[in-house]
Amino acid sequence: MTARIGVVTFPGSLDDRDALRAVRLAGAEPVPLWHRDRNLQQVDAVVLPGGFSYGDYLRAGAISRFAPVMDTVIEQAGAGMPVLGICNGFQVLTETHLLPGAMLRNNHLHFICRDQKLRVENAGTAWTADYAAGQDIRIPLKNIDGRYTADERTLDELEATGRVVFRYLDGNPNGSLRDIAGIANEAGNVVGLMPHPEHAVEALVGTGRTDGLGFFTSILKRLITA
Amino acid sequence: MSSTTRTPLDTVKHASGTPGAEQPWAELGLSRPEYERIREILGRRPTGAELAMYSVMWSEHCSYKSSKVHLKQFGDKAPPSDALLVGIGEQAGVVDVGQGYAVTFKVESHNHPSYVEPYQGAATGIGGIVRDIIAMGARPVAVMDPLRFGAADHPDTKRVLPGVVAGIGGYGNCLGLPNIGGEVVFDPCYQGNPLVNALCVGVMRHEDIHLAKAAGVGNKVILYGARTGGDGIGGASILASETFDAVSGEALGTEGKGAKRPSVQVGDPFQEKLLIECTLEAFAEDLVVGIQDLGAAGLSCATSELASNGTGGMRVELDVVPLRDATLSPEEILMSESQERMCAVVEPAKAERFLAVCEKWDVTATVIGEVTDGDRLEIYWHGEQIVDVPPRTVAHDGPVYERPMARPGWLDALRADDAAKLPRPADPGELRAQVLRLVGSPNQADKSWITSQYDRFVLGNTVLAQPEDSGMIRIDEETGLGVALATDGNGRYAKLDPYAGAQLALAESYRNVAATGARPLAVTDCLNFPSPEDPAGMWQFAEACRGLADACRTLGTPVTGGNVSLYNQTGDQPIHPTPVVGVLGVIDDVARRTPMAFATEGQLLYLLGDTRPELGGSAWSQVVHEHLGGLPPAVDLERERLLAEILIAASRDGMIDAAHDLSDGGLVQAVVESCLRGGHGARLVVPEELEAAVFLFSESQGRAVVAVPRSEEMRFTDMCGARGLPATRIGVVDGDTLELQGHFGIPLTELRETYERTIPELFA
Repeated sequence: MTARIGVVTFPGSLDDRDALRAVRLAGAEPVPLWHRDRNLQQVDAVVLPGGFSYGDYLRAGAISRFAPVMDTVIEQAGAGMPVLGICNGFQVLTETHLLPGAMLRNNHLHFICRDQKLRVENAGTAWTADYAAGQDIRIPLKNIDGRYTADERTLDELEATGRVVFRYLDGNPNGSLRDIAGIANEAGNVVGLMPHPEHAVEALVGTGRTDGLGFFTSILKRLITA
Repeated sequence: MSSTTRTPLDTVKHASGTPGAEQPWAELGLSRPEYERIREILGRRPTGAELAMYSVMWSEHCSYKSSKVHLKQFGDKAPPSDALLVGIGEQAGVVDVGQGYAVTFKVESHNHPSYVEPYQGAATGIGGIVRDIIAMGARPVAVMDPLRFGAADHPDTKRVLPGVVAGIGGYGNCLGLPNIGGEVVFDPCYQGNPLVNALCVGVMRHEDIHLAKAAGVGNKVILYGARTGGDGIGGASILASETFDAVSGEALGTEGKGAKRPSVQVGDPFQEKLLIECTLEAFAEDLVVGIQDLGAAGLSCATSELASNGTGGMRVELDVVPLRDATLSPEEILMSESQERMCAVVEPAKAERFLAVCEKWDVTATVIGEVTDGDRLEIYWHGEQIVDVPPRTVAHDGPVYERPMARPGWLDALRADDAAKLPRPADPGELRAQVLRLVGSPNQADKSWITSQYDRFVLGNTVLAQPEDSGMIRIDEETGLGVALATDGNGRYAKLDPYAGAQLALAESYRNVAATGARPLAVTDCLNFPSPEDPAGMWQFAEACRGLADACRTLGTPVTGGNVSLYNQTGDQPIHPTPVVGVLGVIDDVARRTPMAFATEGQLLYLLGDTRPELGGSAWSQVVHEHLGGLPPAVDLERERLLAEILIAASRDGMIDAAHDLSDGGLVQAVVESCLRGGHGARLVVPEELEAAVFLFSESQGRAVVAVPRSEEMRFTDMCGARGLPATRIGVVDGDTLELQGHFGIPLTELRETYERTIPELFA
């Protein structure tokens, strides 16, 4: 018996297949979810994948936030279901206010695709338990609207409560405040980050590293032992 | 104002009754004989809509009227190949890569639009080539962009390059296709005419190959995708504003609306992403008889080609086409090049399901007509017939020209200006300085400021991407089957000798694919040339075609399709003839691929092939002496084939850990790139018989540098010896310096700084 992890496809989602593959490689059962369908197919956790849902028109994540599937995701997240938002998925999570803050255009105004070093600041979330706190990992980063921003009070609160989960190392790629690459909600079940763990799960492809696999093994262990 | 009366619709009936009406055929780019030929075909004057269709379909871009006679050789001389499933003439060629998989790939140009509007020109270049691939029934899996710009330090290059790069990234990234390679080349000859070529590769199962045709009487013609707007209308605005619709334009207060619209199309990658998913789902459910994308010449092209490739008859109700701009005239709708549109032919019983799939993906779809049992393409506008033509005459029986050709008068003097006479470096200090100048020159410098603006990871199958010799994509997760792709072209070589230049482009691309361990299978080409109306330009084109066709035959790699772009010049200043050649290879297991990085200390460096003092057209002659003259390096295709066999065998049997093709910049450029990629230095020794500068800078062909683990040295050199490929031990991977023994050493930090600084300083 393994866990069922859903991956939502919005119109314009791009990394949904990659996320499904990562779930499978971690040993969980991948379940494709469709944006128009409120039914989450009894999944145990949900990944909102990267991409340009609705072309990032209006604002990244601003239209997907209203997809029928998100009503259920918001409701279930409130009840403790683990949710991971990657890149565009992180943007959707901030638009839904499951996570605080917002993403602005990168300070250099360009799309940037590179191998990015991060520090795992909090290994206590549903999605990071297989890492050690303070561990450095390298996973791909690729976005144009990746500059995390929030007001000072929110940032202070995130820091004080250990909700800054990932921080950029060796150079902030986009001007994110306090080098923040990813954050969690208060309960730690909802995590969002701009870099892409699902692109770093096989030694053969991508950057040749598997540092991202821990996200998916973390959640699997959590769900199986729960 | 008499503006409330609209010009009467130019119906077929009206045209028959007004044979003497003046028509703007010249403004639409037709010659008098061409216009007369249309009248002859129809037995009357064409209607405005018919004139619009013929003018765009008989343009150089769509009809290949100047190039056709030369392109014929690619078919006539094509080597026998078991791998070719679909050859030249379809939207893209299809190649068998084994295990039941087929791969389709094609390169196209979007040169002129990218100069006018760099972002949208480059973006829609990607969009167009991707639609060609999905129309064949394949899932696109990667893109590549061979690019040529004017001088790197020219102010206008600072306008064009960042726009083109942002457009490629903005469109391709949003589409979710990894960008895995390509080229960036600077030369003043491209100043007013950059070359923006785009390649896409797609994968399908053999049984899923689809060809664009409209067979089956009663089948529905469905237009789906974006609404049709006024963008990208070239000549139609002339028709609309000068003859047909000037009055109504005034009435709307838009003063000749057609003339003011951009002739460059505007792309919507989100719409295209939906088109990909929607089209592939329709194919998967077997809902489609034929699909054609709408690119150049829009609906004119799609309807006439679909009909022409089918049984011949089609009836279209043009007034039901969904519009972005309700004021468009029928001529404009026929000529609009609005992006992200496709046309499907669907059996009536499956039409409802097809429309449902479109609805699922939020894609607008409209039945605009059906296949008839006649042999005419008939188009109606609110019930009145405005087009009644034999579709073949529009789509396939356009004019064919044997343009006059003449070997350029300047060529002998250029070739006599031999690069061998250029002063070589006098001492080790000068040699060292020249290495750094070369490595830091815009053409040789690191391009990651550009390529880091492209997503190379999406889809999760990228095994190799730029700056590796070829991009490599895994196509089967279970077996590890993969494909490799490279594109190359050297306009400087082709200027010196277009026949050899085209062959050298193929040779380099072929070598790049083999260097990563893949077996080259097939070719696509983008032939970027100057005006065919200049006999010298036409001669260059003909020579390049002849050279490429001959070389493809020798190497056993057929041309499967491609694109010709003529009229690449600014005023009377032509570009260098620039044949860009893409080679597709297959690798049985991507885990066996050979990367370019020197990653392991102590491994032995072998130079494969022969090095001669060949500096004509070289990067060294350009960077150090601003010189272009003499002859390009000699072509030896048998040697290329042998080298490829050795590289592939060594990769398969694990005899080498790194390989890098030698091309522009010669050995030193290749070694520097491999050292920096792996983070290790190298100690090199100049072979006894060679002058140091020739060793470092010569661009002799058929060469590669490889890193051999010591445990494999005997096996590897034995193999090279037995097969007759010269293999010279030139050094070892070592330390953090590039050292040429007895000459100089350059710390990697200095090399890296020099290599990585140039492009950001120019463009960031």
